[in-house]
Amino acid sequence: MQRIGVFVCHCGSNIAATVDVNKVAEMALMEPGVVHAEDYQYMCSEAGQAKIAAAIQEKQLSGIVVCSCSPRMHEATFRKAAERAGLNPYMVEIANIREHCSWIHKDMDEATKKAVILMRAAVAKVNLNTPLQAGESRVTKRALVIGGGIAGIQTALDIAAAGYEVDIVEKTPSIGGRMSQLDKTFPTLDCSACILTPKMVEASAHEKITIYTYSEVEKVSGFVGDFTVDIRKKARSVDMDKCTGCGVCQEKCPSKKAPSEFNRGLNTRSAIYTPFAQAIPNVPVIDREECIKFKTGKCGICSKVCQAGAIDYEQKDEIISEKYGAIVVATGFDTINLDKYDEYAYSQSKDVITSLELERVMNAAGPTHGHLERLSDGKVPKEIVFIQCVGSRCSDDRGKPYCSKICCMYTAKHAMLIRDKYPDVNVTVFYIDVRTPGKNFDEFYRRAVEQYGVNYIKGQVGKVIPKPDGKLLVQGSDLLDNRQILKEADMVVLATAIEPNPDVRKIATMLTASIDTNNFLTEAHAKLRPVESPTAGIFLSGVCQGPKDIPETVAQAGAAAVKAIGLLAKDKLMTNPCTAKADTLLCNGCSTCENVCPYGAITYEDKEVNDHGIRETRRVAAVNNALCQGCGACTVACPSGAMDLQGFSNRQIIAEVDAICR
Amino acid sequence: MQELINRAKELLADGTVARVLGWKAGDLPYNPEPAYFETEDELKDFVYNGFCGANLSKYMIEASKLEGKTMVCLKPCDTYSFNQLLKEHRVDREKAYIVGVGCKGKLDIERIKKQGIKGIESIEGAEITDGADTLKIRTIYGEKTLAYGDAMLERCHVCKGKDHMVFDEQIGESKETKDAERFDEVAKIEAMSPEEKFAFFRSELSKCIRCNACRNACPACSCRKCVFDSNKFDSSQKANVDSFEEKMFHIIRAFHVAGRCTDCGECSRVCPQGIPLHLFNRKFIKDIDELYGEYQAGADTESTAPLTDYTFEDAEPSIVGKRG
Repeated sequence: MQRIGVFVCHCGSNIAATVDVNKVAEMALMEPGVVHAEDYQYMCSEAGQAKIAAAIQEKQLSGIVVCSCSPRMHEATFRKAAERAGLNPYMVEIANIREHCSWIHKDMDEATKKAVILMRAAVAKVNLNTPLQAGESRVTKRALVIGGGIAGIQTALDIAAAGYEVDIVEKTPSIGGRMSQLDKTFPTLDCSACILTPKMVEASAHEKITIYTYSEVEKVSGFVGDFTVDIRKKARSVDMDKCTGCGVCQEKCPSKKAPSEFNRGLNTRSAIYTPFAQAIPNVPVIDREECIKFKTGKCGICSKVCQAGAIDYEQKDEIISEKYGAIVVATGFDTINLDKYDEYAYSQSKDVITSLELERVMNAAGPTHGHLERLSDGKVPKEIVFIQCVGSRCSDDRGKPYCSKICCMYTAKHAMLIRDKYPDVNVTVFYIDVRTPGKNFDEFYRRAVEQYGVNYIKGQVGKVIPKPDGKLLVQGSDLLDNRQILKEADMVVLATAIEPNPDVRKIATMLTASIDTNNFLTEAHAKLRPVESPTAGIFLSGVCQGPKDIPETVAQAGAAAVKAIGLLAKDKLMTNPCTAKADTLLCNGCSTCENVCPYGAITYEDKEVNDHGIRETRRVAAVNNALCQGCGACTVACPSGAMDLQGFSNRQIIAEVDAICR
Repeated sequence: MQELINRAKELLADGTVARVLGWKAGDLPYNPEPAYFETEDELKDFVYNGFCGANLSKYMIEASKLEGKTMVCLKPCDTYSFNQLLKEHRVDREKAYIVGVGCKGKLDIERIKKQGIKGIESIEGAEITDGADTLKIRTIYGEKTLAYGDAMLERCHVCKGKDHMVFDEQIGESKETKDAERFDEVAKIEAMSPEEKFAFFRSELSKCIRCNACRNACPACSCRKCVFDSNKFDSSQKANVDSFEEKMFHIIRAFHVAGRCTDCGECSRVCPQGIPLHLFNRKFIKDIDELYGEYQAGADTESTAPLTDYTFEDAEPSIVGKRG
């Protein structure tokens, strides 16, 4: 029989205001095995921990239950306290009577009843706990960064600066990401390429950084400190070692009809292409869907004109398998699809464009060489209307419920730049709110209004109607003046909501990292662990975690790097002893557990067993404790119940359920 | 049948197999039972007729541990079970010499009796070689006739097909018997309100006498130790304290065989209380088909099973939850 101590925390008034903590402690004494119970204002304080230690020693406790906050907050604290007092740390159970009880209830009687039940369940469990010993696992001193935008580049640079090897995997042919598509950056209006390109060059030249462009993560196995990742290096059809980047192939390529991804489809590119002039690496790829040689077998012009002999039509995808200690996700964002917002006539008129498309229009390397013009007829617009919150802060399922955060600022930037360069162009902005919380942000927006005379109208646009004469009729409302507005415009720019890169779902699944309903990766703690995924060894950088501007992205990228470095700096990690264990006498040898194990921790072996006197060789499951992460998938899949999780055994869980249902 | 016996004799004689697993006549004209035959002499009791519904694949778990090969007679539907057991490493393919036997639908004595035919002395037309569509049944009350189809097991009306999924050789012709849709009965239950469903299953499962016949016959229920017999989980004790413990047993059993059940129908065939136990399993099969794409357990030995595999196309748990 265990000798159990129960410690009920008031958490100031967090718990005590809603739960009769005294009663919980009193009731605990009636539970089987409980020999000590007390309540205290702050169990996590030094004095609280001292009370626990004293009780463990004086009453020779074999297990303890702390009724307090979520185990994610203080389980580690109490385990350490117990360990210092000579108790095995896995003999500690937490009954979460704060998040699961006091915070969500108002009625004291009911909350107290529930707290007692939660305490009972924990006592029932600890009655069946056994001491467990943590093992050790190694740390591979190499990090993987998924995504080569500014977030990924910054994280890689910071990790490399600490002396660790970093690999960047980028899906497109060049690193640079969204930032490389931007023209100017707020609130200082420096040229995006001018500040990004040096970072790209630095990353590519860094001896500790390896960049895999035109590559994707294919498979991830292993766990914190010891991930194995398969990277698919897609066939570039160009030998990276031989290519000099002279660009002749692109000039001579006869297939020039592919929409340019870099210019958001506003113009076309050749089948063999580098996405933009400053691309890194400056080695083109052949788009095999567009290439005449691949489509018909004839052509081969690029190969003929290439002096370096770098064109290789036979090149195949290559799988690179590498080990990593830490993985940073920096997969970034895209703008949402506007199919559901047809009232803005995006699909009907070439002169209705997204803000990201406007970035390309304003950029000297863009489809109009930086001239502001209508994409339909090339004329300079006289009236431009910006519509804010297209798909952001949306209450129905057409758009996103969140604020995309960057639109207010880039719209002010666009408006200001246009008014500066083309003072005779009228600029109107329809907005719901203007949100400018950031250093020098509100000053920036006020400059747009006060110095540049941008016409801000509080209200939303209901409809954009393309007229036969090529103009756009914008129907909106002015909420401050309480009047309807009908306005003719030559160009309409939609501040389109951003969403996580759609590939993130696949990547999150491979990494077993959780994502929220909007496909943003979830952080381990919204406030205290904002750059870590709840999955150990996975870190978050940039917009994959939530909407961010460039300075925030760079700051978070650095933070993610520090967390990754903190992990890589360790030589050994303590492993979780709550691993699966097979009962060889019950095992059928059916391999179901092996099939469901996401960590490849289960193998089968022929083993001689003595089943109540019957000696025979059986095919039975064996768990590799170093690989097992204790997820429990095998325990529920096993039809005979031979698989059990130490620390969370079937018996313990049923005991908890029984205690709750009692 | 004679062809089967002749072949069995040959295989025993030339040492290909050490024993034959088939059926021998029972004490009544309609209850042949699974049996081993080790000599030519013993084979005189061998029978194979319309009443040989028993799925012999499960017997191969034990037969796989014996010296030498076993010639096992498997009907088309039995081969799915054999494959599933193969996939789960429960039987040894090398220890089995599979004779895929023809099938023209198996007979259900309970269904015959329900049609008022009692005191049966002999039945003609149940032979596998008989072309006749009618059964001639001699009873102590005189001779009765019954259309073969009206005497068939439910599972044969929704037959999965007459192809053997695995075999070393095939003997005997098969006949198409499918004349109903496999999931019609399940769809009817799905259409019920939760209260009606509960009432339906309560009325059916209350008949259960916990004889374990379903568990013993089921090829998927082949655990070395059933959780209901194990003292590790207290499952049976827990079920016992429930006034409606049968539901615990059957629902847990259905969950344990989900994704592995080939819908061989043995559970319902052997149930002495006539409970349509296959409906539970078929509901799972229907759900799996609809959520993850059509899947037939035991159709092969290589494919990954939807419930123990993960793909990016899998339905989200919320969708599974919503369907109930």
